[in-house]
Amino acid sequence: MTASRLAVNLAGLQLKNPVMPASGCFGFGREYSQFYDLNRLGAIAVKATTLEVRMGNPTPRVAETPGGMLNAIGLQNPGVEKVMSEELVWLKQFRDLPVIVNIAGTTTEDYVEVARQVSAAPNVSALELNISCPNVKCGGITFGTDPIVAAELTKEIKKVSKVPVFVKLSPNVTDIVSIAKAVEEAGADGLSMINTLLGMRIDLKTRKPILANQVGGLSGPAVKPVAIRMIWQVSQQVNIPIIGMGGIQSAEDVIEFFLAGASAVAVGTANFVDPYICPTIIDDLESWLDKMGVNHISELIGAGWKS
Amino acid sequence: MDKGHLKVLENEPVADRVFRIRLQGDLVQQMENPGQFVHVKCGPGIDPLLRRPISISDVNLEEGILDMIYRAEGSGTKILSEAVPGALVDVLGPLGQGFPVEGRKTGDHAVLVGGGVGVPPLLYLAKQLVDKGVKVTSVIGFGTANQVFLEKELGQYGKVHVATIDGSKGIQGVVTDILNEQFGLSPSEWDVLYSCGPLPMLKALQVKFQETDKEAYLSLEQRMGCGVGACLACVCSAAEGSEKSYYKICSDGPVFPLREVVL
Repeated sequence: MTASRLAVNLAGLQLKNPVMPASGCFGFGREYSQFYDLNRLGAIAVKATTLEVRMGNPTPRVAETPGGMLNAIGLQNPGVEKVMSEELVWLKQFRDLPVIVNIAGTTTEDYVEVARQVSAAPNVSALELNISCPNVKCGGITFGTDPIVAAELTKEIKKVSKVPVFVKLSPNVTDIVSIAKAVEEAGADGLSMINTLLGMRIDLKTRKPILANQVGGLSGPAVKPVAIRMIWQVSQQVNIPIIGMGGIQSAEDVIEFFLAGASAVAVGTANFVDPYICPTIIDDLESWLDKMGVNHISELIGAGWKS
Repeated sequence: MDKGHLKVLENEPVADRVFRIRLQGDLVQQMENPGQFVHVKCGPGIDPLLRRPISISDVNLEEGILDMIYRAEGSGTKILSEAVPGALVDVLGPLGQGFPVEGRKTGDHAVLVGGGVGVPPLLYLAKQLVDKGVKVTSVIGFGTANQVFLEKELGQYGKVHVATIDGSKGIQGVVTDILNEQFGLSPSEWDVLYSCGPLPMLKALQVKFQETDKEAYLSLEQRMGCGVGACLACVCSAAEGSEKSYYKICSDGPVFPLREVVL
């Protein structure tokens, strides 16, 4: 019963529930598998994967803010070859867990090569195209702040990908709707939004930025209203599903994202505070549907703006 | 490792801005290894949002009692310092790899070196080493006399040398000034060194003992996110020739062999 009321179809992907951990906040699942069976998750969005191994930024890499945190990890990952031969192979043991691989790069060729390789892996259900990482000097966000560049990259990825492609949008833009529409037109199967907001903190004692990278991406409850607003705007202008993310830490938050127009959600920073947060939210969602007198969670998608 | 709520038994100052909180609960049964830490949600709500890594100072496994000693420095630890007996504290742990004690044998001489709020985990370590018949000497350093703590407790397990920067207690100087012949602590006189403290202290120890053949361990500290190895916030570079190119301080550490990390 639970499964059917919470099941969502995301661009052809059948998820038993709409809750997944967000990329970058859950590694490749190994750490949190010590706490619960990952098969409980609707899906898993794994750490950004690049063509070559990346060592990331110097430390400190995190700084706290009221209701949020700044991070500047710098896309540290073992590179596509090891992700395929070790991490994705390890994830095969979870037979009821769709895997979404977040891919990143410095050049279009990098992105295309990672997409080509990863999308051919037997247990990868979708790609999440990371054109919005604020913490790397080239690539990442530079692809995500211009509609034409974002659309070009999406087109190239779609040519090689064997699985649906979700484009992860940056909130650090003037008009997110124009970028969303551009990547939809370029063939994106769905959108992930939002990535982190570019921010900064300065230490009063040292008078210098806390983060070694100086700037970092803001996440956590502090960014939720921005995410809700952007999903609200974009979902009314596109016909592809949206995975909503940005400060989710409860079933109530999930409902709010659905009302704004999301068809699924990703939970990020909240995993650090409570390793059990994803299964807790999944358990709580159904009683929220009861409370709201809703039969199926998909009835809530965009209900905030649908007349 | 799990998440649980522990009950506050006491929460008292032991030095200038430094508190000892005594907690009780089932989760403590898992805290068998000295040098591990717990990740503490210092208050309810979203500000502060993240947990705080705090070292395990002492454990009474039979009674399920955990002692932590922390400095009320930032927003989180200041809130924790106001927790009253009977309150519940949300704790994730025990986390990380602690000080290795398995290989120690009766008659070994271990030197425990701590600086400031790096001193607390040495207490549980000293207790376990003495249980194994190991001779323990502690060398602890602080800024001034009013910051000194655990001197008496460590004294139950062996000789304690204190250094303060201003000389208001013990010798004037830093811990490395004590690790020499004058104090009977040149490398030839001990078998293993365990340390925890601020980065400059750990760097000084690394420089001093890098070229010796002595077994030595450093416990590192870093701003953390998840505390379990997922977020990659607290990494450090591995020394050349190590198994990995980098280590996660929270899950591969916080304790590392002295020659395996680049500080």
